[in-house]
Amino acid sequence: MNAQIETRRHPRIEATNDFVVKFANVNGSGSASANELFARAILRMGVPVSPRNIFPSNIQGLPTWYEVRVSERGWLGRRGGVDLMVAMNPQTWDADLKEIEPGGYLFYDSTRPLPASKFRDDIHVIGMPLTAICNRTYADARQRQLFKNIMYLGALSILLDIDAREIKRLFAEQYKGKEKLLDSNVQALELGREHAAQHLDPIGLHVQRADNVGDKIFVDGNVAAALGCVYGGATVCAWYPITPSSSLAEAFQKYCMKYRVDAETGRNRFAIVQAEDEIASIGMCVGAGWNGARAFTTTAGPGISLMNEFIGLAYFAEIPITIIDVQRGGPSTGMPTRTQQSDVLACAYASHGDTKHVLLLPEDPHECFEFSAQAFDLADRLQTPIFVLTDLDIGMNQRLTAPFAWNDTREYDRGKVMTAEELEAGRDFGRYKDVDGDGIPYRTYPGTHAERGAYFTRGTSRDPYARYSERGPDYIYNMERLLRKWETAKSLVPQPILRSTGGEAQDGVIFYGSTSPSMAEAIELLGKQSLVLDTLRVRAFPFPDSVGEFIRRHERVFVVEQNRDGQLRTLLINEFGIDPARLVAILHYDGTPITARSIAAAIAAQIRPTKAKEKMA
Amino acid sequence: MTYIAKPKLHHPTLACNAIGFTRRDYEGKISTLCAGCGHDSISASIIQACWELDIEPHRVAKLSGIGCSSKTPDYFLGQSHGFNTVHGRMPSVLTGANLANRDLLYLGVSGDGDSASIGIGQFVHAIRRGVNMVYIVENNGVYGLTKGQFSATADQGSKSKKGVVNTDSPLDLVGLAMQLGATFVARGFSGDKKQLVPLIKAAIAHKGAAFIDVISPCVAFNNHAGSTKSYEYVREHNEAVNRLDFIDVRAEITVDYAEGEIIDVTQHDGNIIRLRKLRADFNTHDRVAAMNYVHAHQAKGEVVTGLLYVDPDAHDLHEHFNTTEVPINRLGAKELSPGAEALAKINNSLR
Repeated sequence: MNAQIETRRHPRIEATNDFVVKFANVNGSGSASANELFARAILRMGVPVSPRNIFPSNIQGLPTWYEVRVSERGWLGRRGGVDLMVAMNPQTWDADLKEIEPGGYLFYDSTRPLPASKFRDDIHVIGMPLTAICNRTYADARQRQLFKNIMYLGALSILLDIDAREIKRLFAEQYKGKEKLLDSNVQALELGREHAAQHLDPIGLHVQRADNVGDKIFVDGNVAAALGCVYGGATVCAWYPITPSSSLAEAFQKYCMKYRVDAETGRNRFAIVQAEDEIASIGMCVGAGWNGARAFTTTAGPGISLMNEFIGLAYFAEIPITIIDVQRGGPSTGMPTRTQQSDVLACAYASHGDTKHVLLLPEDPHECFEFSAQAFDLADRLQTPIFVLTDLDIGMNQRLTAPFAWNDTREYDRGKVMTAEELEAGRDFGRYKDVDGDGIPYRTYPGTHAERGAYFTRGTSRDPYARYSERGPDYIYNMERLLRKWETAKSLVPQPILRSTGGEAQDGVIFYGSTSPSMAEAIELLGKQSLVLDTLRVRAFPFPDSVGEFIRRHERVFVVEQNRDGQLRTLLINEFGIDPARLVAILHYDGTPITARSIAAAIAAQIRPTKAKEKMA
Repeated sequence: MTYIAKPKLHHPTLACNAIGFTRRDYEGKISTLCAGCGHDSISASIIQACWELDIEPHRVAKLSGIGCSSKTPDYFLGQSHGFNTVHGRMPSVLTGANLANRDLLYLGVSGDGDSASIGIGQFVHAIRRGVNMVYIVENNGVYGLTKGQFSATADQGSKSKKGVVNTDSPLDLVGLAMQLGATFVARGFSGDKKQLVPLIKAAIAHKGAAFIDVISPCVAFNNHAGSTKSYEYVREHNEAVNRLDFIDVRAEITVDYAEGEIIDVTQHDGNIIRLRKLRADFNTHDRVAAMNYVHAHQAKGEVVTGLLYVDPDAHDLHEHFNTTEVPINRLGAKELSPGAEALAKINNSLR
């Protein structure tokens, strides 16, 4: 029951509002809610945090981690390294210990004594007999387990100076109307605090009240995207459960039940089908899109594989649908609860024959909301599938993000739909005819007009008037029109965001999606080493011309992404015909979110030799 | 070729229905199927049924999968929107279309390869969900477009044109549909339009998942001796359990019912299906008994036809989902966006 093991060979880490705490837990032990309270309490103190769940494909028993980046400056990516490890899982003890930075801290349950060989001598160890205290305090086995988590939360609040009033306020919000639960949680928290105050030595990590959260909100990307679908006017959602996208469909259902029930009739302005598989999910979206409803499905990589035939039909028959792919580790079942950006190529060129699809690449929950809502306008305008490519890191982790915004004067862009009046007036209708030169034809909804505007939709080739045709010129007309439409798409999709040093940098970086927050910090880390780079965050495919210009302006461009094969790099090479040697892949694909330190180290290693040569010259 | 339209010449003496359309107004392009194909008789029956029911052609959405049968929607109801989807997946597309606009009549046309082989999963789930539709399988036991391979409805022991014997046991779509909760299940024969047209009319009037399995011989690949889906075989083994008339409430009842027991089934919309029982031991309202009857007779090699099961109080997917009366494809931002004020509240709840 020795509270401190004397290890002073390395100076302890001293940091205020800038450190990483990692909780190593056992899945299903109730740690998730205590850990979330930890993050939220710091947030309520005005200090930005970004927590990440690193969890197994399991309901109970396997290891799970919760890594919290505390950063007053607002770095929301993973930094790399751990300053304080809360090691609550004996299964992963050795690996968890290795991750602690020299001079960092280990917090553990010291009920059972461990031999000195189980520790490191360059870290500071804080032992608290959590099991012993719980067993002494509670008779019920479940309580003993659950309150252990709250008790370590209490102890950490003392060690890190987290305002206990904020935790208690969060308890009060969580257990509103359940006073018994509220009281018992507060009691467990106080027990932890008392023990820590009496028995534990202070540490060098501290939280200090700040004012850097502003009006930001704390939400995960799946909830954000679901809200985007509600605001964007989605009425049909057909989906099949798959990690990490299921919570998106469930959030859509929750918000629809709240905001989409007709107040007068009590009837629903939405239809959600949990389909029998992903093929049926997208089939229903295709049917609904064809018939004039805004439809979406949400899935992950294996679902995209199954949907391929329908994606080709929707592309060729020109049917608006929205597909939200919350990417995870592939191939096959891969790492279903880990994150990757590895469906980029599978989505960009999905289905057989010559196809290309619009991809939207949000960086955070705010953009998940924006892009999901926008996807429906783009789908209707371009009459084609629109992919929103998020990933598990954005989708399933709560992230501090700009508040959602909506302008009530915003109307939906339903694209080129010919009305009964226009048909009645004798306007020429050729379903696959390019009348405006933008490659986008007019369509009609079924049932519009008694004698005009009906056409037969098919995946086989046809002439501009939708009549079946296997004639070469008819086929070519159609395929080239689809390319014109692709050109039109370039100006409609979200444009890339450039951060330029103003001509100073020879090298550039291209990145996208969830890499964004770590990239921002990596640029700062590189800057401290006097290594400057221009950056371009790509937000959509097809790439606007400005992406090609950025590459041409720089001698060398690093393409940072979270997959093995450099999939966006391949797309860039393919679309712009660029010499592959000019695009240097910086890759991270072990299933964990990319870290700022790893990006900075990889880029620095490539740049330095050049700089050294310059100096010699 | 399928893109050759029929000339729009209406003989002045052609009879018009109550909404002023002649039978020709319900036709489509010229069929490209083989002469004598059962499927063309089914198309003709669909045309007849829609004409007799005074359906506005543009209020029908016709959907199909891939195959000979799935080509047929181009050959009827030329003023309707049609959708030739992907192989075996018509049911999901129809389901989505139906969700978008509940006001149209949905007609799904498929084949035995399309529905029983590659598409059995989607067939099963669309029926389970009670999608309001008429789902017709034009069942010939073979793949026509790929020249004569067996489908999943081919009887065990039946012989292909090339002499191959089918060793797999057959899927029975009618039995399956009843088990899955279809609220209207019938079997017809493309060679018997008198039976088929009223079946289609009754299915159209039915609010819920209506399924009709139509035995439709393939003259090119499955009409030979040894086939159990040939004209000759079906004529010889046809075991009709009832004859049926569909009575529009607006029309005067003129049919003479001299023989057999008559049962009137009133549908949701007031229309009546009048059944003349041909088998005293068959009850159209008893799902379990109907399944037993069908299975017992099929075991003897008979092809049981007629209206096999109907639930006049059926419910459809929109009722299950409690969707608005206004088709959801007509809703705009005003009805669908919760608005900036609600979003501000949501933002606040996330701080």
